[in-house]
Amino acid sequence: MYKKCNAFLFLLPVLLCAVYIAGCHSSDSGKPGSADTATARHDSLKLPDGFKAVIFADSIGKARHLAVTNKGDIYVKLASLKEGKGIVYLHDSDGDGIADERSSFGNYGGTGMFIRDSFLYASSNEAVYRYRLNENGKVQQTDRPDTIIKGLIDRHEHNSKSIVLDHKGNIYVNIGAYSNACQATDRVKGSAGQQPCPILDSAAGIWQFKTNLVNQGYNNGSRYATGFRNVVGLDWNEQDDQLFVMQHGRDQLFQLFPQFYTAQQGAELPAETMYAINKGDNGGWPYIYYDHLKKQKILAPEYGGDGNKTARGKAIDPVMAFPGHMAPDGLLFYTGTMFPEKYRNGAFVAFHGSWNRAPEKQKGYFVAFVPFKNGKPSGQWEIFADNFAGEEIIQAPGDAAHRPCGLAQGPDGALYVSDDNKGTIYRIVYAGK
Amino acid sequence: MKKTWLVLAGMLVVVEFLVIACNSPATSAAVMKSGEKVYTQTCLPCHQADGSGVPGLNPPLKNSAYVSGEPAKLIGIVIDGLSTGVEINGEAYTNLMPPLGSTLNDNEIADVLTYIRNSFGNQAKNISAEQVKAERK
Repeated sequence: MYKKCNAFLFLLPVLLCAVYIAGCHSSDSGKPGSADTATARHDSLKLPDGFKAVIFADSIGKARHLAVTNKGDIYVKLASLKEGKGIVYLHDSDGDGIADERSSFGNYGGTGMFIRDSFLYASSNEAVYRYRLNENGKVQQTDRPDTIIKGLIDRHEHNSKSIVLDHKGNIYVNIGAYSNACQATDRVKGSAGQQPCPILDSAAGIWQFKTNLVNQGYNNGSRYATGFRNVVGLDWNEQDDQLFVMQHGRDQLFQLFPQFYTAQQGAELPAETMYAINKGDNGGWPYIYYDHLKKQKILAPEYGGDGNKTARGKAIDPVMAFPGHMAPDGLLFYTGTMFPEKYRNGAFVAFHGSWNRAPEKQKGYFVAFVPFKNGKPSGQWEIFADNFAGEEIIQAPGDAAHRPCGLAQGPDGALYVSDDNKGTIYRIVYAGK
Repeated sequence: MKKTWLVLAGMLVVVEFLVIACNSPATSAAVMKSGEKVYTQTCLPCHQADGSGVPGLNPPLKNSAYVSGEPAKLIGIVIDGLSTGVEINGEAYTNLMPPLGSTLNDNEIADVLTYIRNSFGNQAKNISAEQVKAERK
């Protein structure tokens, strides 16, 4: 056992302590790490002028995606069960912007949550369920959902199943790759990339199913788009009538290929990317990644790349690229009128915050905004809501008080943001003129 | 006066003992330094500089029975990896632990595990290269 010699100092005269310290001083280089610093010290969110945030609900569990009914009630999917339940219902009965009624149901953890017409859709890590909403927008039969999709692959890594619907009776489900870069042995230095990557047959893409059929499996659905490593945030763009997704870029360029990348490059690359998806599109994973500094698709080092070789092939370009590893977990196109003109039809992106920038400091832990015009980005992204972490410098995710994950829009145009660390639901409104 | 000298002499013996103990090979700063180097290169990206891990993904290396408990099990996880996910103190962690048996040699695994078992607030027995060797199949 490593000696904690300092404890004995109290027992010895000062003179002898000096001798003792001289003898043991060098061992202090392996000093135990500091205590957990993730204590409650959250200040209010930083928002543009005229906006304000209130805490709609707190401590509800690991709040992933959320959906708002046309009456303004909120359903939140929890990553894991809290008091045996995985979906939380929140209601604000007196209209003060803070939930005062809470209940929960559903015996599964997961991420996806979506409302369209009179149905609530929720996903576990291998299935999608559908609940009927009554005329008040409430789920009455909480214990009897339809299982509309089942048997989706869940091999722990990237197992969340995000969902979104179009207006033609289809539901889109992300099935993330159970791998970082499709190496023969995942995340091991020197292990080659598999060619072709066998994961693509059942994961690393967006699958399309019907909303009105039950017990669909892989054989009923179709692979709508492939080559997307892991998508957590996705939404339907109404102006384009098109699916948009946020991909989590691959990890560990520096750790696996120090001959090609510095630690700083490994922290910054590859980009986190926003794609506008058409049926049959290919995002290029695992063979390529997008470098937002070079503004090019680069051949992955597992497949012969060296950090500079550009990629051939038919992978689509992103419509917007962000710095690496910030983990875009929520995407929402804003269709309300409460927020100023600038925000209408633009995209909000919830960045959960990085971990794989280590040993560099971490980044993300904010909600970004991308302006759109006629269904295309019309300017650079900017930070919209910041300070979820409550700290300026984040060395490790455990330092962050809150981590933004899901986004939803209320019928009044308010923006809701979920936090899966402390279980806070924020309601952001525009109160300026 | 004689008594005082005796007490001081006794204390000197204790101090000498501590100095020797602090620098003995099994617990030396060199082992910790070597372990820290391996940790920084191989483990830190996922388990973080302070061993706090990543909520929901990569397990913490503090307050964990996996770290402070049975050496054979811990050594086995480093050599063979873990792809089933793991639950620690009621929290699930889903990311894969890569097998590092072919990347790290016995000494490196012993040093990094000794480092981890004596860092981040942990206090557990050192792990030797012989123990690591015994776990290799």
